[in-house]
This record gives sequence, structure tokens and C-alpha cells, in this order.
Amino acid sequence: MNIDKLNETCIDILKELGNIGSGNAITALASIIGKKIDMKIPSVKLMDFNEVQDIFGLADAIIVGIYFDLEGSVKGNILFSLDIESASYLIEYLMGVSVGEEFSDIEKSALQEIGNIMAGSYVSSLSTLTNLDMKISPPAISIDMAGAILSVPAIKFSELSDKILFIETEFFEGSKLIKGDFFLIPDIESFDKILNALGVELDG
Amino acid sequence: MDNFTFRVGMADAKITKCPGKLITVGLGSCVGIVLYDKMTKISGLVHIMLPYSTQSKNNTNKLKFADTGISTLIDMMLEAGVDKRYIVSKIAGGAQMFATKANLDIMNIGSRNVIATKDVLASLNIPLISEDTGGNYGRTIEFDSKNGKLLIKTIGHGIKFI
Repeated sequence: MNIDKLNETCIDILKELGNIGSGNAITALASIIGKKIDMKIPSVKLMDFNEVQDIFGLADAIIVGIYFDLEGSVKGNILFSLDIESASYLIEYLMGVSVGEEFSDIEKSALQEIGNIMAGSYVSSLSTLTNLDMKISPPAISIDMAGAILSVPAIKFSELSDKILFIETEFFEGSKLIKGDFFLIPDIESFDKILNALGVELDG
Repeated sequence: MDNFTFRVGMADAKITKCPGKLITVGLGSCVGIVLYDKMTKISGLVHIMLPYSTQSKNNTNKLKFADTGISTLIDMMLEAGVDKRYIVSKIAGGAQMFATKANLDIMNIGSRNVIATKDVLASLNIPLISEDTGGNYGRTIEFDSKNGKLLIKTIGHGIKFI
């Protein structure tokens, strides 16, 4: 399968996967924080590497990245990223503390746990949808330059393509916009498995 | 950014005459490779993502790989009037941003990129003057063709010149 030649049907299916996955993730988040969360329809984008670096503004803007291996019959990775403001807001809300210059170890653990719950929910809904066995590994966190964190999914995709597929999810808690991005990065054989499981004809 | 500073993106390369600066922002597992000619002070920077073009089915973008990225950059510099004998190099990047179990089992892409870069430079007899590689953090680098210094900026791990 060639990412660059994804046809309309494939893109629509991936959008729908993104929609369902994010929807489930946000429902999980809402139940943790005990508030209603509204979600914009996720946008699924195929971007050039250099556009991806600028999603968060400057490529050296600091972001939070929470990274997982996919386990089971679908191999690959999932990255959940948040800008600092959104991450701080979630921590302040959940823990009732103001975040200082840097995130403390406890705060980082809390972020990992949020990521864990969201990505876990995302993947579990995909698993149900595709009837494929899908799980996530424990999370790894990095709070660093956007370009450096996004280089990880970029490099994975770059083995097959010159573009990256990512799913942007924006959600609102009250009037507060929390922007989180999911990068679902199946390995190539797994991409085909997922599309096959959803009954998509592949052109090869 | 002033007129003499050129930004290099992922899988991208630029050259500059002196005075001129070359920058690449947010090097994670990628490697930024600076080549410069001490005589003419013409310099080049390529930001590579993967070790070898021969290992990938999708290798039309030559600048993505250490092997073809370095050779393409050299060609660009030769066209600008550089003598290959005087080219030296400095490199940075190749970090492992996330330490997940799968990453620890096989050598991570950051290290493989650094090794491939060094092997390719050695095979072309280009001396590697200095490097700032590895670790688990991102780097932004800025090369100044006037004095040959490479500035490395990080979040939380300081700033230095190599």
C-alpha cells in the first residue's frame, strides 16, 4: 500500500477511524475529569514532513509527547501530543495545583496516565471495529521541541512515504480549547491489515 | 532571521557562501550534517532521517538518507566551487526521544543514523571535526560559516558550541 496514493475511500475510512478513536478517547478523558467535553470533528491530514513540524507554530515550540508501541496483531506506534498550555491546563484541573516552570515528576506521571487512558481507549475502539487484537504498551513521555518529538512518527512514515498521516483532535472543556493530536502509525503490513479488516479493496 | 540565515527542514539541504548561517530546528532522531570548506568557507547543511537509501523502497527523496544526502550535499558544494579535499564535517542529533521497550530491544533509529553518517563520511575521507549526538533530547543547531562554529541549543540541557 502506498500512502501517497491513498484513494478517497481509504482516506474516508481513516477519517472515520480517527473520529471513532478520538471520540472514545475523549469520552474516557471526560469521565476522568468529570466534566463534559466537546469535540470537533477530527481532521485527518496527509502532510509533508516540513508542514508537520509547524503544527505547533515553531518547530522549537515545546510540546508534550506521549508515545506507545502497538501490540497484538497490529504493530506500530501511537503518539499523543499536546501543546504546553493544554497540558498545563489538564494538570491544573486534575491536580488542583498550578504548574511551575517545568512539570514535576508527579505531573509527568499524571500526563502519562492521561495519555494512557486516551490512547488505550482509542486503540480499544479500533480493535472492536476491526476485530483485530490491538493493545498499547506502557507510555513513554517527552517534553521537548515539537520538531524533535514529531521526528519520531515522521521517521517511521518516511520509510514508506514522504508524507505523514495524522489525526488532529480538538476538544473543548467549557470555553477552554484543549488541542491534542494523535499520530496513529501502523507498520506497513498492519496498515493493510486494518484496511482489509474494514473490507477495503486495495489497489496495491 | 536576517538575510544570511538559511533554514533547513527535514529531508532538506542548503548551502551558503560566507558570511552565511545555516540552521535546522528540532533535531530528534534525525541527524544534522554540516560540511564546510575551510578555504572558500562555503558551507552546507543536510538534515537526514534514515541511514541508507538502499534499505528503503521509498528513496526518491535523496536528502532523506545519510548516504545520498551527504553525496547530494557534496555535489551542491562542488557546483558552487568547493574543492573536495578541504571539506570537513560536524554533526549533531541522533537522539532517542522515547525509551519504550521496543526501542530498547533493537538499536534505535537515532543511533543508527549517527553510525551511518559516520561511516559515509569516513568512506568519503571527510574528517569529522566534532559531534554532539545521542542522548534523549532535541537539538536546534546553527552553523556560522564565518568562524566554522556550530551552536547547539537544547531544552533543559544547555547551549554549547562545537
